[in-house]
Amino acid sequence: MKKNIFRQIVSIAALFAAWQFLAILVANPALPTPGNAFMVFFREIPAGLWNHFLISGWRVLASILLSLLAGVPLGLWLGREEKYDRFFAPMLYLIYPIPKIVFLPLVMVLFGLGNFSKIFLITLVVFFQILVTTRDAARNVSQAMILSVVSLGAKRRDLYRHVIWPAIIPDIFTALRIGSGTAIAVLFFAESIASSEGLGYYLMDAWSRYAYPEMFAGIIAMGVLGYALYLAIDILDRKICYWKRL
Amino acid sequence: MSSEGASVAVRDLSFSYASAERRVEAIQEITFSIERGDIYTIIGPSASGKSTLLYILAGLLPFASGEALINGERPQPGRRATSLILQNYGLLPWKTVWQNVVLGMEIRRLPSPEIRARGEKILNEMGIAGAAKRYPAELSGGQQQRVAIARSLATEPDLLLMDEPFSSLDAYSRESMQEFLQEIQRKRGLTVIMVTHGIEEAAFLGRKIIVFAGHPGSVYRIFDNPLVGSAEYRKNDSFFHLCTELRGAMEWNQTTGKIL
Repeated sequence: MKKNIFRQIVSIAALFAAWQFLAILVANPALPTPGNAFMVFFREIPAGLWNHFLISGWRVLASILLSLLAGVPLGLWLGREEKYDRFFAPMLYLIYPIPKIVFLPLVMVLFGLGNFSKIFLITLVVFFQILVTTRDAARNVSQAMILSVVSLGAKRRDLYRHVIWPAIIPDIFTALRIGSGTAIAVLFFAESIASSEGLGYYLMDAWSRYAYPEMFAGIIAMGVLGYALYLAIDILDRKICYWKRL
Repeated sequence: MSSEGASVAVRDLSFSYASAERRVEAIQEITFSIERGDIYTIIGPSASGKSTLLYILAGLLPFASGEALINGERPQPGRRATSLILQNYGLLPWKTVWQNVVLGMEIRRLPSPEIRARGEKILNEMGIAGAAKRYPAELSGGQQQRVAIARSLATEPDLLLMDEPFSSLDAYSRESMQEFLQEIQRKRGLTVIMVTHGIEEAAFLGRKIIVFAGHPGSVYRIFDNPLVGSAEYRKNDSFFHLCTELRGAMEWNQTTGKIL
């Protein structure tokens, strides 16, 4: 554990060193040094950045939860019921690659400019990632495991509970890791248009004022948000999928 | 515990796997019968339908042609007294040894005190009580197979179907598991049908050995093995003799081109 923390510190320190080096090399106000950016970051936290962080954090978390609630059961169902999958798969393959952010204008017209339209857009993106991963994982559950449990007398409900559901949890965590990165990217986009709160708004506002150190304070806040999400997912994964690491 | 094993009768049993594109005949007119408490081994070339036969007997594949009866009845999926053990054990890696062993009883909604009592008894009998809280990945192949057997026996079957159960074990563990299985089978009076790739394994365990020819799978010959289970059987001349005969039958299989 101590070794792990040490490695993380070294990794982050290396990133800052590269940033510092690049800032000196570029010597342009558009790229402040990490020292400068962090000074502004800590100054800005009580001055409103914290609120923007909380709002963005809540939007991302709500979107991830909604995506899980919708994507996992649907993915499980399509993955295990071939006849329904055959009907829905073409639909899925058609919609999945479309960058959902193109629907932002429509989402805004339908759901307004508030929290819901932003959460809806992020959910739309993350939902598909979770759906496709869950479906493929459910489809690939080892047949030997299923047969041996069926031979013990398992009915469909037992199979889902004892075999299929636990088997796909590690894949759901993988989908969550990928999804949380995407969620933050979409969050930025959703908050940067017709918005008055959230990290995306904070960033765009700073940019429009050429306040580069503030802009970087916003970027750091986004990084922290992503890092916190990854950390939370990792901790849950380690706790729930303990058996994977034996 | 079942007081005696099941009887198995298979008559003119044929089965084809059908997909949208094609139909593949897996077994063709198989006939044999097994007395209660007997142990049969089945050997044959790859893809000769040996596993298909086990799945049919386990009630996992519905058959249309011929007859298969266990204690006079058609196999049902989840027939309470049939247990199936597969090559890769079919253990659930996210459950501990204990949770794996009691799974069948939980699925059958047995009362908890009974689950606990039976689970503890079977773990002791299998010599894996010390590993109850460990996960399958923390056990050796031989121990994992003991867990799989324990899980099957916990549901008190009268028929044990085994599909190459010891094939991924090293030679030493394999022999000790064969002896272990023989002891349990005798003690419980179980009927056992085991599919194997090993000629020695088939000769050491089977009171009768069915040699399959492929493809589609059919019974080439059934060998009698009256001395099975006798002391030091592995070192006995008749064991070597039987192995040679079985090898000859397998070679016949190879040369007749009845293999995929």
